[in-house]
Amino acid sequence: MSARVPVPRTAKLRAGLVIGGFIVLFGLLGPLVVQDPSRVDDIGLTGPGGGHWLGTTQTGQDVLAQLAYATRGSLTVGAVVGVLTLLLSAFFGIVGAYAGGWVDEAFSLFTNVMLVIPGLPLVIVISSYVPDKSLLLVSLVLSLTGWAGSARVLRGYTLSLRNRDYVLASRVAGERRWRILGVEILPNLIPLLASQVVFAVIFAILGEAGLSYLGLGASGSFTWGTMLYYAQNGLALRLGAWWWFIPPGLLLALFGAALSLVNFSIDEVINPKLRDQTRAARRGWRMSRAQLEKAKEATL
Amino acid sequence: MGYFLRKLGFYVVALWAALTVNFLIPRLMPGDPVDLLLAKLGQRGPVTPETRHSIEVLLGTDSHRSLWSQYAGYLHNLAVGDLGVSVTFFPAQVTTIIAQTLPWTIGLIGLATVISFFVGVGLGTLAGWKRGSWLDNVIPVTTMFQAVPYFWLALILLFALGSLWPVFPLNGGYDVYNVTPGWNGAFLGSVLYYGTLPALTIILSSFGGWMLGMRNMMVSTLSDDYMVTAEAKGLRPGRIMRRYAARNAVLPSISGFAISLGFVVAGSIVTEAVFSYPGIGSALLQAVGGNDYALMQGIFLVITLSVLGANLLVDILYSVIDPRTRARA
Repeated sequence: MSARVPVPRTAKLRAGLVIGGFIVLFGLLGPLVVQDPSRVDDIGLTGPGGGHWLGTTQTGQDVLAQLAYATRGSLTVGAVVGVLTLLLSAFFGIVGAYAGGWVDEAFSLFTNVMLVIPGLPLVIVISSYVPDKSLLLVSLVLSLTGWAGSARVLRGYTLSLRNRDYVLASRVAGERRWRILGVEILPNLIPLLASQVVFAVIFAILGEAGLSYLGLGASGSFTWGTMLYYAQNGLALRLGAWWWFIPPGLLLALFGAALSLVNFSIDEVINPKLRDQTRAARRGWRMSRAQLEKAKEATL
Repeated sequence: MGYFLRKLGFYVVALWAALTVNFLIPRLMPGDPVDLLLAKLGQRGPVTPETRHSIEVLLGTDSHRSLWSQYAGYLHNLAVGDLGVSVTFFPAQVTTIIAQTLPWTIGLIGLATVISFFVGVGLGTLAGWKRGSWLDNVIPVTTMFQAVPYFWLALILLFALGSLWPVFPLNGGYDVYNVTPGWNGAFLGSVLYYGTLPALTIILSSFGGWMLGMRNMMVSTLSDDYMVTAEAKGLRPGRIMRRYAARNAVLPSISGFAISLGFVVAGSIVTEAVFSYPGIGSALLQAVGGNDYALMQGIFLVITLSVLGANLLVDILYSVIDPRTRARA
């Protein structure tokens, strides 16, 4: 009984999808057309122009090329963490709440403990013990420390779903437990799962950027965070080299904003009370002056 | 009473889990931190056998002892408050360094978070009350602030207000040259002056989240039946907003506040890195930079402890505000 969720095609959703889509396309196709991002040139720190649309770093590396590879790197982290968080939080949140009893107690205790142990310090401590980190390892650590919040949200919602009448009815009808979970409950969780994944992707990309900015990110790879780290170390701020530190930060902010916009729209699917209540919408309900006159005449 | 016991039990379990994670991490990781640490200590001065033993207990790889007896030794060391000796700030004890840096972090980050919470919840209340007003339409903009990575926002503000128009100092916790630390007006004024810009960046980047959450809860609360009753009774709108709507709508924000405390400490590391603030986050980064495992483990422990303590406080406060939580337990 997968109820089709009506997705409101609002301006917010459209803007979010368009901006996010462009950045994803840039990350997918950009690295195919730009030059080698590590190639050093003897022109040093130069502004945009000539052969370099976004200028060069202090060792003459092309900023646009670095940006393309960095976009790919950051999006990879986001995608990996999104999938892993989805799996972990769905397992501990949904399965626990649906099974009930001591399984739920144990899963919920574990989730809450993971939630109160501070994430970033743990990530820093773990990553400082591993000198050579791959991008995959960083993603793994980020998802291990970041899944608990959404597991808690999913658990709360599943608890309320499993006691709804239609679920009880299908249990009485003798459906198998896994079928109830997969066919009756899961489809109703999809909007919530989607918004949790979007959150996880934002969290992961920002988390990786923060970690790289502190100099603890993946070694020898390009992400928005490592670009900012090198820009900071290369004194880009003091030298006024805006073309070096503005683009990666701007792409980060734009992508985060795009995902938030998508999440707003998902929120409106989950919570109908938030829908159709903007001032513009309410203006639409108001009667025009002519209609008012007519209504007055009719009642008099 | 059962509720408090249950909560206390949970925090005991969480504390045990945190201690065990802290114990296991250095033992599960590749490489030998003890030798690294001893080599570094050796450069600074002679290493006594007691120091060596203490480090081995702290970090493991003491191969002739079983994991269980290492665990017992580790817990014993913690119980007597022995966190080892720092390499970066040799020969200071780890506990001394933590005692020096922690007040800075709690002062700056704690205060900024509380201000951000009140500003966000206050604005969110108004936005939800007057839905569709200009304040309500500002919300997407404030969430953009959140999407901007915090350190980038901080760097740009620092660039603008520190270098271009030098309104605020570039880094540090107080004026090191002209004032002496202590309970005097000049020092406190200097601390306030140096802390304003970091606090401002924290508030700017975080109040949007509180605002959005509070606004959405207000919108949900306003459609409840008791709101109609309150209006039908002819109560003043201000009273309805504060005593009827906001009071009920703020509950999820308060429990969110507890969870956010974890992110507060996490955020403090980045804040202090950007502003070179003399707090515990800077100490952690210096420890990481210098492979100072003892200091690192100690700081991680203190951060975890303070987050757990703050969570416990908020949980107790919450049960006082919302009696239903006690009844349910």
